[in-house]
Amino acid sequence: MIPALLALSILTFTASAPVLAMLRRNPRAASRLGPATAVAGCVPGIVAAILTLAGAGPASATASWSVPSGGLSIGMDALSALFAIPVLIVSALAAIYSRGYLRHAESEGRSTAPFWAWYDLLAGGMLLVTVARNALLFLLGWEVMALASFLLVMFDAHDPRVRRAGWIYLVATHVGTACILALFAILGHAGSLEFDRLALPAAFPAGIAFVLAFVGFGTKAGFVPLHVWLPEAHPAAPSGVSAVMSGVMIKTGIYGLLRFLMILGSPPAWWGWVLLTAGVTSGVVGVLSALAQHDLKRLLAYHSVENIGIIAIGLGLGLLGISLGIPAMAFLGFAGGLLHVVNHAVFKSLLFMGAGSVLERTGTRDIDHLGGLSKRMPATSLCFMTGSMAICGLPPFNGFLSELLIYLAAFAGLSATAARIPAGSTAGLLATGGLALIGGLALACFTKAFGTVFLGEPRTPHAAGAREVDASMRTPMIVLTAACLCIGLAGPAAAPVIGPVVDSVLAGFGFAVSAGTAHDALGALSAASVASAAVLLLAASVFAARSAILRNRRTSSAPTWGCGFTSPAPSMQYTASSFADPIVGLFGAIIRRRRRFEEPAGLFPASTEFSTDTPDVYQEKLYKPVFSAFERAFSGFRVIQHGRLNLYVLYIAAALFALLLWKL
Amino acid sequence: MLDIVLVALILSNFVLLGSSRLSSCIRTAALQGIMAGLLPLATAGAGLSLRIVALGLAVVALKGFVFPHLLNRALRESATSREVQPFVGYTPSLLAGLLALAASFWLDGRLALPTHSASSILVPVSFSLMFTGIFLLVARRTAVNQVLGYIVLENGIYAFSLAVVRDIPFLVELGVLMDMFVAVFVMGIAIYRINSEFDHIDSDRLSTLKG
Repeated sequence: MIPALLALSILTFTASAPVLAMLRRNPRAASRLGPATAVAGCVPGIVAAILTLAGAGPASATASWSVPSGGLSIGMDALSALFAIPVLIVSALAAIYSRGYLRHAESEGRSTAPFWAWYDLLAGGMLLVTVARNALLFLLGWEVMALASFLLVMFDAHDPRVRRAGWIYLVATHVGTACILALFAILGHAGSLEFDRLALPAAFPAGIAFVLAFVGFGTKAGFVPLHVWLPEAHPAAPSGVSAVMSGVMIKTGIYGLLRFLMILGSPPAWWGWVLLTAGVTSGVVGVLSALAQHDLKRLLAYHSVENIGIIAIGLGLGLLGISLGIPAMAFLGFAGGLLHVVNHAVFKSLLFMGAGSVLERTGTRDIDHLGGLSKRMPATSLCFMTGSMAICGLPPFNGFLSELLIYLAAFAGLSATAARIPAGSTAGLLATGGLALIGGLALACFTKAFGTVFLGEPRTPHAAGAREVDASMRTPMIVLTAACLCIGLAGPAAAPVIGPVVDSVLAGFGFAVSAGTAHDALGALSAASVASAAVLLLAASVFAARSAILRNRRTSSAPTWGCGFTSPAPSMQYTASSFADPIVGLFGAIIRRRRRFEEPAGLFPASTEFSTDTPDVYQEKLYKPVFSAFERAFSGFRVIQHGRLNLYVLYIAAALFALLLWKL
Repeated sequence: MLDIVLVALILSNFVLLGSSRLSSCIRTAALQGIMAGLLPLATAGAGLSLRIVALGLAVVALKGFVFPHLLNRALRESATSREVQPFVGYTPSLLAGLLALAASFWLDGRLALPTHSASSILVPVSFSLMFTGIFLLVARRTAVNQVLGYIVLENGIYAFSLAVVRDIPFLVELGVLMDMFVAVFVMGIAIYRINSEFDHIDSDRLSTLKG
């Protein structure tokens, strides 16, 4: 039943892609059929995943195919289901959103048929990655996902910056794939690539396999310093695609990492440390880089790096809990990390859709050109604010729950000092400190982003003329906003959902947790939800009281940022960079901001100029030198690549003759 | 009889290497194709069956008439130079042809292939055809000449398979012919495209396109 539903889902995606590709001449049909097929493909998969989580248990099916090393195996267990649900739901919502978002492309006379074809393949590829039970099939889904998303990033390829971003993405994703290929070659040494047959060769160091998995899947997930493609590709893509890529596609890296670490067996402590430090580094670097950005979508992309860091902190604590033998830390770490996967999918796709709506209505992504949009785009503004609060981990929204679980895992490690496990307390301290720093900086960053974009007065005519987006773009955002709130209030219900998933993961690592630990932990979630509900009630009652008091009185409104000044100008407001300046300056050791400032001179200063930009440190200091060195080393081979057909034939002939003579 | 045909094949190689006009090259290649098509009839001897005859006639029709016709049309319509425009001059080309012939005989001696052929020089001739074809591909400038190189190369493969497998499996031969047909077809398209894009069919000028 469940495999049949999954097959139906994947078949819908793969069958509709060529049909859509053929509709290039018929844009109206494509723009209707595209979202319809995307949503139709998502539904059976969502049903299958919900059935699995509702207690149907793992199911799998194998069909034979003409490729060696196993069969065409797909299956669904709790872990797959937990990843498949956000993947499919976000894909469906982003499809509905993209229909409205692509209207301006259609009005320019560009066909959206290829977009929808790639979009369906992307969704199908992501689903295949989560349900494949054969390494070859997994790789097939992985590559389809990578190539389809590359082509979607290149949708606006007439812009050279987009082309550059696309190439960076393509190179990065294939560096990752190369490591995964090597990993599969090692694990499949016995000849079969079925997941239940994969195993490490005897006497092979598991550490090498772990490093391969970490680099391969970490590139997709976006751990620092493997994240450089993220801030390039996600802003360049159309916003619906950014939502899918940032919200769910990078999570397939987390899924793959977990799935294959389980195959590698019982984790030594240093794996946990690697994940934990990568998590803290990604979180801090990601959020600081986000603080220094002016481009709204780039800022959100850096926040994806930050949140992947938070997920990695959770998983790292979980692995450490297993290897150090602290059950509470193991359970809570995995629970927090996995719940944050779902939560981040919800609020990050929501934020990208919000940013996309702003871009679509104002034509700019530069935060400093916006302002005052809350009066002009009230629904978008409300949705973006909810998403911002959720991503900062504030109650009553969903981000709070998962971060709370990770905090609890860290505390479990701290309190393990009683059991004389110093490593556990060190890990707990590191995670707590890291999370606290990340949370505070994220709050500052979203205060900056939301305040500059939506509050105050418009800084440019573009912003002043903005209107609310239409229903097809509004509806998905409202659905996701509601999801943020519902998950935040559904702490007690989260226990039966997330518990079995974590149990199956821990069982995969061969680590049993008594039911008591889980029970206590998920009690904390209920308490958090109750507190959140109380906060909501309190806020609502305060608001009701305010309206009751003001009902029969005259209220006057003054211009925002008026400060009693007679004629305030929009340029008097804080800009994004001025708001973030103290914090960015404080962390100058981690991020390098370039400032260009011509100081006003003389009594009557004429023109002055001030601008800042923040290049990615790792791209500047690590990748550029390395890749330039490669280029210098290999540029000697350009002599061979001269474009003369005759000599190419000569190369082939010479190679053949050489082989012939060698065998004589 | 067979040896006469084989020697004629070798001679046609030299004509191809030494002639300076494209149209005469095409004619020579057509003649060579006809001779290659007749080879199975000559080697079969007593075991001449309807199938072999049909196959030979098909090859003759294709290589002797269809391909040359296509190439002539390409030459007419592309209105470019009718000169061969070699990278390697005619005399050096002829010397290279001689070298290739010598190398073919030497190779035949070294390989000691299990041949069933009626003639001892069939294998070296087929080698020399292949070498000549490759040489034409490498050392001539115009696209038409490169197609001719392909055809000569294929003649060599055809003759070689005759030598080794006596009567060629029908499917293999059909496969080779299909291959050829596609090659010429693609080349034809390429010639037209090059011509319409750049007003000439020198494949070497495509090097300006490289990044």
